[in-house]
Amino acid sequence: MSPHELTLEGTEAGKAPTRPGRSVGLVRRALPSTRTARVIASLSVLVVASLTVFLTWGVDGHWDYALPRRAEQAIALIVVGAAIAVSTVVFQTLTHNRILTPSIMGFDALYTLFATTLVFFLGANSVETMDPWIMFSSTTVLLLAGATTLYRWMIGDGSRGLYTLVLMGVIAGTLFGSIQSFMVRIMDPNEYDSLLDQLLPSFGALETDVLALAAVVMIAGVAVAFRFARTLDVLGLGRERAITLGVDYRRAVTWLLMLVAVLVAVATALVGPVTFLGLLVANLAYQVTRMHRHVITLTASILVAAVALVLGQALLQHVLHFNATLGSIINLVGGVYFIVLILKESRA
Amino acid sequence: MIAVDGLTKSYGTATVVDGVSLTLPDAGVTSIIGPNGAGKSTLLSMVSRILGPDAGTASVDGVDVFSASGREVAKRLSVLRQDTHMTARITVRELVEFGRFPHSGGRLTPDCRASVTSALSYCDLDHLAHRGLHELSGGQRQRAFVAMVLAQDTRYVLLDEPLNNLDMAHATGVMRLLRRLADERDKSIVLVLHDINYASAHSDRIIAMRDGAVVADGAPAEVITPEALEDVYGMPFTVHRLGDDLVASYFR
Ligand SMILES: Nc1ncnc2c1ncn2[C@@H]1O[C@H](COP(=O)(O)OP(=O)(O)OP(=O)(O)O)[C@@H](O)[C@H]1O
Ligand SMILES: [Mg+2]
Repeated sequence: MSPHELTLEGTEAGKAPTRPGRSVGLVRRALPSTRTARVIASLSVLVVASLTVFLTWGVDGHWDYALPRRAEQAIALIVVGAAIAVSTVVFQTLTHNRILTPSIMGFDALYTLFATTLVFFLGANSVETMDPWIMFSSTTVLLLAGATTLYRWMIGDGSRGLYTLVLMGVIAGTLFGSIQSFMVRIMDPNEYDSLLDQLLPSFGALETDVLALAAVVMIAGVAVAFRFARTLDVLGLGRERAITLGVDYRRAVTWLLMLVAVLVAVATALVGPVTFLGLLVANLAYQVTRMHRHVITLTASILVAAVALVLGQALLQHVLHFNATLGSIINLVGGVYFIVLILKESRA
Repeated sequence: MIAVDGLTKSYGTATVVDGVSLTLPDAGVTSIIGPNGAGKSTLLSMVSRILGPDAGTASVDGVDVFSASGREVAKRLSVLRQDTHMTARITVRELVEFGRFPHSGGRLTPDCRASVTSALSYCDLDHLAHRGLHELSGGQRQRAFVAMVLAQDTRYVLLDEPLNNLDMAHATGVMRLLRRLADERDKSIVLVLHDINYASAHSDRIIAMRDGAVVADGAPAEVITPEALEDVYGMPFTVHRLGDDLVASYFR
């Protein structure tokens, strides 16, 4: 009933100089794509180099002891890095900005709150005997429902300004944090504190019980993000253009927010909140690729995150001798960067 | 055929589109005219699914735009918005390639590339194809967006003020292009225009809106009259016949 769907009168239409036009186009297109290939290749080399440094630095012959432990750590760092990178890039495309990340908007504060709530209502004993996988899964499901509903509402029809979103995010994050610390306060301090430490680890004490599950979830999540890459490209043009190009906006945003929630859960379960990592790696990825295509920016952000975490951890261990935590260094650098971005934005 | 039935949109107590019912033909050029704030963009936004209506329905070739999948609608209806602001840093060609998204899901086929190239040359953009959108003048950018809509290659094309920012040569060029699309490719072009003389010269039909309602609807000869225009815009007009064209004069 719609004869025009497939009729591509493109080539014969008018007296368009199709041939020369096309070949010129191809030549010019080749330039940015070889550049992109070079960038991705260089980042991959950096990842391999960082991994080599991390796995071999100062092993001193205790290979059979050091290597498996370090490998496990490296995998955890990469899982965290990929989850944070992808969730940030997706979230920034949905909110049309390069400053807000799921962390800044309070996603991981919400995760922490849900984990605490579970301990609070189930009691320490039952949680202690509970499989960490079940704990991780139930917190993730809670976050999936809670975050998707809340942030769906916050993003609304995509017309809220950056500062409104920042404000809402700060309020949400603070609110979740306060409720969480209130709960901790009215629990039995000793018992629950240690339990929460275990539930909400930091880079110092990677939580590897759930590493296998987290890795599987991360890979599935990243695969979904890549499947959505072309839709993300269109969403990057703005809500209205995406709709007129046939994207079912509400549905796409809901699915993508669920994806973000799951990936945040993965990262938070392994290392706890790292507020500014996403901001750093996403913006570095945009800068080195100078691309709007998500296949490229997602890939680059994952690679940048892997280098930052693996190399950062190696330097921390061997140069700074653990005189700081990786989380605190990232937050220091990332926090300063955040302020710079906000200032630049307010002057623009 | 685009069928619009009882479309209504209110903001607070102000009803900006008030129960508009229309059918738009499946070929030809239809212009929508009317003063600022008449509700033209709001009407177009509802038909293009950007804005949910408070009441009423709209369908394109029998496909209900509010319940069908976005892709089904986007294969039949393309939209040029009034606002061409763009934050993404992309080239003209990349923008035009996005027009193929409803057909190809973002994977360009050789056919896609051919219609992108043809859309670019239709809009006189060959030499600007590799330029960043942010490096263009307002009028060049406007043409890039027109090219994107052409690449989408739909039967129905809605354009909200496509002559924005264009000089006379390019404005006339775009109007001729739209006319040609209607004549040669049997497309139905629906566009909002402020320059009633372009509407008069190029349209098969003119729809005039005021205060959220259609107040005149017919062939140019029926709408480009001093009485009808005065009713729409609330100011005096004289209408002259120059060759084949009816030309409205309102400058003094
Ligand atoms: N988001 C909104 N909130 C409140 N009022 C709105 C909103 N959007 C549009 N309006 C009002 O609706 C009315 C119709 O607006 P619309 O943009 O449809 O006019 P238009 O006919 O396209 O005008 P123009 O020729 O200036 O483009 C205007 O009075 C406008 O102020
Ligand atoms: Mg308008």
